Amino acid sequence: MVDESAARAAVIEEGLREVGLTDVTVLVERTGLVRRLHELSPDVVLMNLENPGRDVLEESFALSRALSRPIAMFVDQSDERSIAEAVDAGISAYVVDGLRKDRIKPVLELAVRRFNAFARLQNELHEARSALADRRAIDKAKAVLMKRRGIDEPAAYALLRKQAMDSGRRLAEVADALVTAETLLGGEG
Amino acid sequence: MSLFRIGFLPLVDAALPIIAHEYGLAKQEGLRIELHRDRTWAAVRDRLTYGITDAAHLVAPLAIATSLGLDRPAVPLAAPFMLGLNGNTVTVSTAIADLLGEDDWDDVGAIGHRLAALAHSRAAQGRKLRFGVVHRYSSHNYMLRYWLAACGCHPDHDVEIIVVPPPAVADALAAGDIDGSCVGEPWNSVAVDRGDGVILASTSGIWNRGVEKLLAFRAPLLDERRAEVEALIRALHAAGALAIDRGQQGDVAKLLAREEYIGLPADIIARALSGRLVPRRDAPVRHIRDFLVLHREAANFPWRSQAMWLYSQMVRWGHAPLDAAGFEAAVSVFRPDVYRAALAGTGAILPNASAKVEGAIDRPLGASSVSGRLIMGPDRFFDGMLFDPDRAMDYAAQQLAATARAIPIV
Repeated sequence: MVDESAARAAVIEEGLREVGLTDVTVLVERTGLVRRLHELSPDVVLMNLENPGRDVLEESFALSRALSRPIAMFVDQSDERSIAEAVDAGISAYVVDGLRKDRIKPVLELAVRRFNAFARLQNELHEARSALADRRAIDKAKAVLMKRRGIDEPAAYALLRKQAMDSGRRLAEVADALVTAETLLGGEG
Repeated sequence: MSLFRIGFLPLVDAALPIIAHEYGLAKQEGLRIELHRDRTWAAVRDRLTYGITDAAHLVAPLAIATSLGLDRPAVPLAAPFMLGLNGNTVTVSTAIADLLGEDDWDDVGAIGHRLAALAHSRAAQGRKLRFGVVHRYSSHNYMLRYWLAACGCHPDHDVEIIVVPPPAVADALAAGDIDGSCVGEPWNSVAVDRGDGVILASTSGIWNRGVEKLLAFRAPLLDERRAEVEALIRALHAAGALAIDRGQQGDVAKLLAREEYIGLPADIIARALSGRLVPRRDAPVRHIRDFLVLHREAANFPWRSQAMWLYSQMVRWGHAPLDAAGFEAAVSVFRPDVYRAALAGTGAILPNASAKVEGAIDRPLGASSVSGRLIMGPDRFFDGMLFDPDRAMDYAAQQLAATARAIPIV
């Protein structure tokens, strides 16, 4: 497994081990990658598609064709769908020439599932974080309005919501703008 | 509106699809463009071959290698439109530049020989010079090899050539991982401005009209969406006209500079667009004629002889077999027929021929065209060699033999 995200690599490694593939090595560092891979002589190399080391690695695989155990580029053509799914998920896979397709497919499928699950997790985390940020901005904006206009909280909220609806913007955006303006105009923010 | 998802790397010659999108030229043709930036050619290629994108900004030899199935299952690609000629430089670390003495821009051959002499002495000391090229199947690799070989330096024996993706080149020079590189702009200028690199030669000095990037489609997609592909070609052609309009160059540089495209300052990007390069930090600007030809002289026309020359170099360096079928397959990637069909009746310059003798033009020359007035600029190789597509096998065979003879006896 070559992945610059140690967290993601760990998630996939765990999955591979669960299905009994215990001989897994995770490489996170960019330097010395080619040398390490040649030492390890793996059957399959899983790598995140966007890894900046891919062109370098492919060059070394091309050169390795002269060796007794060349690493081919990708799985058999007939298995295009599972590769396309892998690419879509953001994974590239390299396998040793002659490795049986039925042995690779489950590895690839598992990697795709785990990769997607990880991406989903990241998304949820991101959404949760921005929801929290939204709520903070709205609370602050309400406080500003309550102080400046001498109104209570429900009234402040109603005002924000009306402004958002009238201007076709998200509530949090309106709140954010208000807080920014207040800061710029010398309020207490 | 029909959608084209287009992959690209952050390089100045990704300009035309970006312009077509941002200036509404695609929209005028009833198309929507979605651009997808990557960091390596491998990722750009995979997204294209597995259908995550519909088209890609690609180094021309990689499109051929992908179609031929070198190293991997073959995926036939079709290239009906070139995105530019040249636009690369050979850049060396400041330390190597100082060893080579005065920067001599006017004579690519002379500087190549000096570099070759240095390479030989370093090899004799067991410290071979190491060069980075952007991909095994890149015009950069073949241009650098052509130059070194013609100057008496065997690229496989006297120096070491490794792969470094474009955005990583400046860092690799700075870290001392490589002594020199051949990469497209703006990555050379980035190294120059940091004081880590000196531009030694422009690839346009090696071959005046070197084949470079193309827009590649999966061949079946090109057939299935033929009308839309032709519309996209018209949008890109219009983008080309805009890109070379001097009045627009400042704005184009600013556009490419944006974070989602190249993400570097506009003044660095403007250098390649105007051909006004700074070869060494704080050195005066050098104007390089025809540094990057984005559109003039029907530069976007996919000459089949360009594909053949690239294949001859793949043969020369052992990347592909010497056989007529290989040449045939390489040539079929380039689709001048689609280019002509797309631009017929638009007033665009449409060359009559689909192949030409490469390297035969010394000074601007009128050439026959179906429509428009075609003036071909100088297209010389620096060593004066000619590439006649009718004798491509001979050319490749001779170079192959000469290259084998040049292997140093240890």
